[in-house]
Amino acid sequence: MSQRNRLEGGLIERRRPLSFSFDGKSYTGYAGDTLASALLANDVRLMGRSFKYHRPRGVFSAGSEEPNALVELRSGARREPNSRATVTELYDGLKAESQNKFPSLRFDVLAINDALSSFLSAGFYYKTFMWPSAFWEKVYEPAIRRAAGLGRLSGEEDTDTYDKGFLHCDLLIIGAGPSGLAAALTAGRAGADVILADEDFLMGGRLLAEKDLLSVRQGSDWTADVIGELSNLPNVRLMTRTTVFGQYDHGIFGAVERVLDHVLEPQPHKPRQVLWRIHAKRALLTAGATERPIAFENNDRPGIMLAGAMRAYANRWAVTASKDVVIFTNNDDGHRTARDLSANGVNIAALVDCRTNAPTWKEFEVFSGGEIINSRGRLGLRSVKVRLQDGSVKEIACGALGLAGGWNPNVHLTCHKRGRPVWNKAISAFIPAPDGDPLLRVAGAAAGIFSTRGALKSGAEKAIDALEDLDISAHMPDLPEAEDAPINAAPFWYVKGGKGRAWLDLQNDVTVKDIKLAHQEGFKSVEHVKRYTTLGMATDQGKTANIGALAVLADLDGKAIPDVGTTIFRPPYTPVSIGAFAGRSRGKEFRPYRLTPSHKWAEEQGAIFVEAGNWLRAQWFPIEGETHWRQSVDREVLAVRKSGGVCDVTTLGKIDVQGADAAEFLNHIYSNGFAKLPVGKTRYGLMLREDGLAMDDGTAARLAEDHFVVTTTTANAVSVFRHMEFCRQCLWPGLDVQLISTTEAWAQFAVAGPNARKLLQKIVDPAYDISNEAFPYMACGEVTICGGLRARLFRISFSGELAYEIAVPTRYGDALIRRLMEAGREFDAIPYGTEALGVLRIEKGHAAGNELNGQSTAAMLGMGRMVSQKKDSIGRVLAGRPHLIREDDYRLVGLTPVSADSTILAGAHLMNIGEIASAANDQGWVTSTAYSPHIGSSIGLAFLKKGDQRHGDVIRIVNPLDDGDIEATVTGPHFIDPEGERLRV
Amino acid sequence: MSDHILTPLTALGKTTSTTDIIGGITLCENPNFAIASLAVRQGRGQDLQTLLTPVLDGELPGPGRAVLSESATAIWTGNGQWFLMAPLSEHPDYAAEIKDLVKDTASVTEQTDGWVIFDLTGDDLVPMLERLCNLNSKALAAGHATRCLIEHLGCLIICRESGRNFTILGPRSSASSLHHTLVTAAHSVA
Repeated sequence: MSQRNRLEGGLIERRRPLSFSFDGKSYTGYAGDTLASALLANDVRLMGRSFKYHRPRGVFSAGSEEPNALVELRSGARREPNSRATVTELYDGLKAESQNKFPSLRFDVLAINDALSSFLSAGFYYKTFMWPSAFWEKVYEPAIRRAAGLGRLSGEEDTDTYDKGFLHCDLLIIGAGPSGLAAALTAGRAGADVILADEDFLMGGRLLAEKDLLSVRQGSDWTADVIGELSNLPNVRLMTRTTVFGQYDHGIFGAVERVLDHVLEPQPHKPRQVLWRIHAKRALLTAGATERPIAFENNDRPGIMLAGAMRAYANRWAVTASKDVVIFTNNDDGHRTARDLSANGVNIAALVDCRTNAPTWKEFEVFSGGEIINSRGRLGLRSVKVRLQDGSVKEIACGALGLAGGWNPNVHLTCHKRGRPVWNKAISAFIPAPDGDPLLRVAGAAAGIFSTRGALKSGAEKAIDALEDLDISAHMPDLPEAEDAPINAAPFWYVKGGKGRAWLDLQNDVTVKDIKLAHQEGFKSVEHVKRYTTLGMATDQGKTANIGALAVLADLDGKAIPDVGTTIFRPPYTPVSIGAFAGRSRGKEFRPYRLTPSHKWAEEQGAIFVEAGNWLRAQWFPIEGETHWRQSVDREVLAVRKSGGVCDVTTLGKIDVQGADAAEFLNHIYSNGFAKLPVGKTRYGLMLREDGLAMDDGTAARLAEDHFVVTTTTANAVSVFRHMEFCRQCLWPGLDVQLISTTEAWAQFAVAGPNARKLLQKIVDPAYDISNEAFPYMACGEVTICGGLRARLFRISFSGELAYEIAVPTRYGDALIRRLMEAGREFDAIPYGTEALGVLRIEKGHAAGNELNGQSTAAMLGMGRMVSQKKDSIGRVLAGRPHLIREDDYRLVGLTPVSADSTILAGAHLMNIGEIASAANDQGWVTSTAYSPHIGSSIGLAFLKKGDQRHGDVIRIVNPLDDGDIEATVTGPHFIDPEGERLRV
Repeated sequence: MSDHILTPLTALGKTTSTTDIIGGITLCENPNFAIASLAVRQGRGQDLQTLLTPVLDGELPGPGRAVLSESATAIWTGNGQWFLMAPLSEHPDYAAEIKDLVKDTASVTEQTDGWVIFDLTGDDLVPMLERLCNLNSKALAAGHATRCLIEHLGCLIICRESGRNFTILGPRSSASSLHHTLVTAAHSVA
């Protein structure tokens, strides 16, 4: 008979048996089980191995605080390590594997670490592996990395789907136990917009795990009634399987909803998990409390668990970890466990209560004033050793031991915004600071109110209180009569004496000894102890460990626990899959991309694309026979200079500037003058930042007296627009000027080369004369093309050739590039990509991003005289600072290698011949380089000290990274047509 | 209307609009919207309103609102700024048309090709919208319109019928990315 530890009753569906496997062995459980409850039902206590010592471990809790029962769920790419069996909802076909073991869970060779424990004490890795130092990288670190960690990642791409979203509510209630349900009922009936979230797959919290909390009926019935009512209220959203894992600023909470973790495999496109960002006007934390253990020697064996968890397993899941159980407690709650188990037919071999005045029961023996001092059982608990009040020692056979050390309110979320909990002596625990956060109230056990009656009442009251802030009137609902037992506990954290190890942090294998050693070695601050021993730094964040460690530290220092302090709880409350954080943003959808209007056509041409910000731009267009990018780029460059080429320049920022004061506005924005730019003309402009350094360059075309179109570089499109908006709204609100981006609205193509005009004359409708006389260099205007389509034409050039830019509404961009290429066929016009664009501009000596790097002045760029002193413009005054205009500053120059087969590298530094290559002798640096098919060698642009006075000099280009050291001749920055004659033909 | 020889493509790069029917959700690219942006010139708010009243059958919308009139849709996009939308087939040069109407009371800029427009219809679109943008989507009612971020993209959303009919405007160059996001979210909840 399987499920030998299954009891009567419970909230499981016995008519729905489920089969599952653990470490390859098949078992059955029921719908409503967790993996942990189903394993316990099948008498499986050994579920894992510990982190450091590889000690056998079993389930310790019945909730998300679980430190031990961590398994790998699913297989292949869907494998998920470190999954807590206690919150893994059982489904048919579930496959789980234990982890951190080799070769098997029962026989793990790394358990040798347990025998070597004296070498693996706190901070051992700071003390060992020190010699020989060369071994660290090659030997020690790889070995430690192999041994470290618990579960294994599959190393494959996660095939599951994740999603994310946003929720808004008046009141977010975190936790659906008695106080959370009472709060939801109160707020829901008041008509407030409510979200009630619980990490469990059933709502009810401890009401599901306990008997007789409510006097008239079973707690679970009242729960069902309330949930039934809430689910019929349209203003209440019930979210099960949802962990609110973090609180952030301004009432924002992070939550992860495990939508389909409880099915074998989600349907295609359906997310396994959804990450929610919840905007709550008010929130109520009703997250309950976590029971704490009592530490003693060898307190980590499978079968040793929290007493409250034992009770939950018995009452909710109808399971006991063993038919023979001992309870060790310091409070009345331990007695409740013993009585519930006993009532379920479990043999309570003994109840050991450290208090000398413990209550007694006829059903089982109670040892008042006793302590458990040790345990036995290699792969599972076989017996415990009890020191009785009289000092005698008694060994009691048992398969499970329940530890009841009192309860800690789950204050975690109240600490995420730096709230510090306060010590409550009555319950010997930290509780949230009263009135600590106006946005987040706390009720029930999370506030340290442990009686059911108190929890229900405080939940309703806090909901009323929170809604009052929002001017929503709510009323106390009728609440059921409930248990109202006082707290009767004696603080007791760990059993003193004994030579062995007593575990505090089960997941990271931190013992009382480790804390003592850390303290002895000078780590007194709780924050230092945490980091030195790794206490509380495992995936469970020490939910069952921290308070015990504080108690040990307090004893060592002779202080009270609150004087020792606490570490900070940070999000997430429980681990969240990285996939959930990514949501839909994965693979090539990691971020949105932007496509140019000619993208489809460029793809058809076999273009190679490059990312420019979010844009995908054609980098070059290989043709048949070309095997290297340089072949394509050289061909494109030569073709443009020889006849003509077309390049999609839509990505350049376009800002529509209108208004009666548009010209004055631009006159302030640009360092050079724009007020007198005639309609139908374009002007190159340089923008400075307030500090006088160059910000961006571009052109502004005047389409009408009150209408300009400003172009920016691709990279600075957004920042320039933002800058101009700031100036408009904040600096000169009195100017009548309006701005809007039109980058996306127009498809714009550069048509460059000696035949550019002839090509365009085939496109532009004959009514528009674009001859050199009628449409000279820097002209602009609105035209029609191809029989009547509205277009804008600008005679501007980035390549240094006769060139135009033509813009049409974007939807016609694809048709236009096809038409341009067709019209250009007779001129052998080619499409060219960003790489050729770059070569052309370097040959022409135009500055781009490499030169406009935020450190360049107008003078450095050779544009010092463009900063007009006749008007005020942004950056003018500070551009005149003496060190920015000194004569010996850097100046933009061109470089050609003395030996034509040498290659100039961007980023290399310039040194004088005969001087040592050192920072002190640095003369400048190379900003942009390209192979120039026009020059027939590598060329470069560079900033060189006094560069404008050194044309013709030979200088060294030094690249210490690969010992490069070549000689180059300094030239002007214009390698072609320095007089600009080609532009004007 | 000119009879030029160039064939337009939709923002998704097709010659006809793309429709996706996913469960009860219909997502349709709508290329038949002309858009003109409107920015009031200094001190001319009342004059602008007077000129536009016949077109909008009322006042220009305030923050977070749209006017959905017979002849045009107007959306508030910023302080003193609106988008006006009308069928493209009937208004091929809408910006010029509006400029003629408002004269020097406002700056008008053609925005038709700056955006991709998706019409979203279904019985309950709230679960899908919740996954897309940080709006209290269940509270959106007909005539609400606002800017919002969808997967890093600055978008505009117009509610035509609460929970059932929305228009989403996104940057045209990212139409494919936005479409992917909308389709993924629709599959997620369908």
